[in-house]
Amino acid sequence: MTAAVAKSALAKSTAHSIVEASPRAKAVASSLVILYAVISILPLLWIGATAFKSQSDAIAYPPKVIFEPTLEGFVNLFTVRTRQTPDFIAKLPPPETWYDKLVRQHDMVIAGPSKVVPRFVNSLIIGFGSTFLAVFLGTLAAYAFSRFRIPLADDLLFFILSTRMMPPVAVAIPIYLMYRQLNLTDTRLGMILLYTAVNVSLAVWLLKGFIDEIPREYEEAALVDGYTRLQALRKVVLPQAVTGIAATAIFCLIFSWNEYAFAVLLTSGEAQTMPPFIPFIIGEGGQDWPAVAAATTLFVVPIVLFTVLLRKHLLRGITFGAVRK
Amino acid sequence: MADVALRNVSKRFGTVEAVRELSLTVNDGEFLVLLGPSGAGKTTTLRLITGLERPDAGSVMIDGRDVTHDPPGSRDIAFVFQQYSLYPHLTVYDNLAFPLRSPARRVPEPIIRRRVEQTAELLHIASKLSNRATRLSGGEMQRVAIGRALVRDPSIYLMDEPLSSLDAKLRAELRLELKRIQLELGATILYVTHDQVEAMTMASRIGVIRDGQLLQLGTPREIYENPSSSYVASRLGTPQINFFPASLLSGVPVPPGTETVGIRTEHLRLAARNGGPMVGRVHRVEHLGEQNHVHVDFKGESLVTLADPHQPLHAGQEVELSLVHPLCFDRAGRRIPAMVH
Repeated sequence: MTAAVAKSALAKSTAHSIVEASPRAKAVASSLVILYAVISILPLLWIGATAFKSQSDAIAYPPKVIFEPTLEGFVNLFTVRTRQTPDFIAKLPPPETWYDKLVRQHDMVIAGPSKVVPRFVNSLIIGFGSTFLAVFLGTLAAYAFSRFRIPLADDLLFFILSTRMMPPVAVAIPIYLMYRQLNLTDTRLGMILLYTAVNVSLAVWLLKGFIDEIPREYEEAALVDGYTRLQALRKVVLPQAVTGIAATAIFCLIFSWNEYAFAVLLTSGEAQTMPPFIPFIIGEGGQDWPAVAAATTLFVVPIVLFTVLLRKHLLRGITFGAVRK
Repeated sequence: MADVALRNVSKRFGTVEAVRELSLTVNDGEFLVLLGPSGAGKTTTLRLITGLERPDAGSVMIDGRDVTHDPPGSRDIAFVFQQYSLYPHLTVYDNLAFPLRSPARRVPEPIIRRRVEQTAELLHIASKLSNRATRLSGGEMQRVAIGRALVRDPSIYLMDEPLSSLDAKLRAELRLELKRIQLELGATILYVTHDQVEAMTMASRIGVIRDGQLLQLGTPREIYENPSSSYVASRLGTPQINFFPASLLSGVPVPPGTETVGIRTEHLRLAARNGGPMVGRVHRVEHLGEQNHVHVDFKGESLVTLADPHQPLHAGQEVELSLVHPLCFDRAGRRIPAMVH
């Protein structure tokens, strides 16, 4: 109902409507929602602000809400620096770039790039790779469970779900040993396979629910019209399951993107993802909170973008078919 | 177009026998209607013909060819489902073009365009072609669903209660249109319904089906006038046929073995009392506008019949009943032919 219609409906009846909430109730409801949103977003805003603070502003007490923004945190995140004496720095040729200049103010010179970019790339490849695989396999499995008479289907589905019932730590050691045998430790492939295995159970269950909602008459009509099962799946089922696939993909990506325990255990170098990498940024000696905050801010961006891109599908609702039941 | 035949086809789902030993031939150019209540095996019969279900026994023949084990796509059948089953992500045009774009068919786009436009014209939905399928009224959706079958030129059209979800007015309209289209195209149609009016108005032949068995097959007139059993008789006619125990009828000649007498409205005359043997009492008169339903109590049984609205009848009135060639059935409900006078 549009706001205008709602208003005119309210104007017509003075009595309390059962459907339409009173303005007071609406105000209370919306302030509760706003309060919740603020509480949820505040830490993120805090991290975002810290990323642009200087080291001293970051640990100032009382906390500074208004401060002079600086890119120090990001520079520190992307570089490895060495401390030098002021005399040595004075002897150097003038700084070539703005970040050289920024670093030298703290008696340091840039020694090279940090590992944040390769770690971030690892996160992207492993996160999106495992999400794609989990959703792909999950869709096929969910379709099969939804449409075919599979012997012991219920038991199989329970078995698939049961892989999520124990905490990851319970299988950490067996998986570690297994991966060592297979030379999969600290490889992107190993991490993709692991996250796919964990996510696929979630994907099967979520997608089965969505595909169950799509009447089989759609595919049957296509089959009668001369399409093969696979073509019917692609042309008829998938377009209608887009909402479910998008939602599932977001859940899978959030899991594999944020996963920490296995990442710490199984990756240390080549395939290390962002979550185990971020704590190492804290640095030796002083605690470089702006750099940590900068890393966290960057880390959050892809998932926010991904969710915003798929939001349209999420909001579109699950049942929008033209089939009458 | 072609003949389609089922030969002794049986299909069982778990413990339910959906179709039992069913044999049926749909002749070229015929509009055959399968009439039966829900659960009678009508839909299963259609699904067996399309190949969406495999029969447990028996065979399916199309044009003399055994297609029992062929996949649905290679049988050259067009199916209109009970639900609209339009693809919500496609426009009306794309929905109609969908069957022609099947990889098995490879129809060139210009021909698809022509076929789709012709079909839309035929069904009066030409102005809706660019609409999304979800932005249509129920009647329009059903036209598109029928149109999706009509764009093709298959050996047979199978229709599974395509009008059941529509309101009465639209149903009457589409009933006429379907019959017109069938005559225009000379199409072979096997149509399934539980609605006797659809069966009576559209069918070249009606097959009455119950519990997966074909009880009687014949022209609407044959089925109506000459039902083989009390069940078939009860499927057709409004108000429904009255069954009356023969033992309570004195002075009415019935063939030996008659257990029940089936009395349709045309078998029953109501008149003012004139000293005859059969006197009933009017229990209730329902005015339906162009006609009246009259409920008459006779020897503890209630008979419902039609009466002219101008006939002065009112509740409580005593009337003289007389029967004209009623239908006679034996103990098992089988029809007993009337005695030849």
